[in-house]
Amino acid sequence: MTKADIVEKVYENLGGFSKKESAEIVEMVFETIKETLERGEKIKISGFGNFVVRQKKERTGRNPQTGEEIKIAPRRVLTFKPSQVLKNSINA
Amino acid sequence: MTKGELIEAVAQRDGFNLRKAEIVVNTIFASMCDALKEGERVEIRGFGSFEVRRYSAYRGRNPKTGDEVFVRAKRAPFFKTGKELRERVNETD
Repeated sequence: MTKADIVEKVYENLGGFSKKESAEIVEMVFETIKETLERGEKIKISGFGNFVVRQKKERTGRNPQTGEEIKIAPRRVLTFKPSQVLKNSINA
Repeated sequence: MTKGELIEAVAQRDGFNLRKAEIVVNTIFASMCDALKEGERVEIRGFGSFEVRRYSAYRGRNPKTGDEVFVRAKRAPFFKTGKELRERVNETD
């Protein structure tokens, strides 16, 4: 499933809006989510899961091919924790 | 930000049509949920991708009591952050 498939579903469910308008509002939803996460704020979608930005400390890693030690800079990463509802429906 | 707040934020950017924003947000997550239920991969360019990973059964331990527990084979959703979002989240201001 890609964004185009989601736009198709949104177009069917909305009624009275064009494909172009449907695509634009889907884009707007993802952009709003991205801007929120960019601020470090989490997104909680009940029945689906939570997107949380985590701060990672600096650590020393190793290039598995050469064995060479490398410093991994502190960074912020996004994690997704699926809701129990989603986990259950995937296993049903 | 909760789903309700996301709907409000989208409505504010889109002519204050709360009903429309609600249908769109609900449809997006319901359709992704349906696809994952079928074991189908979901890919949103610039955002990330979801896939269903299979985990085999294993013998685990309750970390509190130390009791051995048997964990059955399961399927679980896995999210990989897309390149654009990964970079935007990590940007230092």
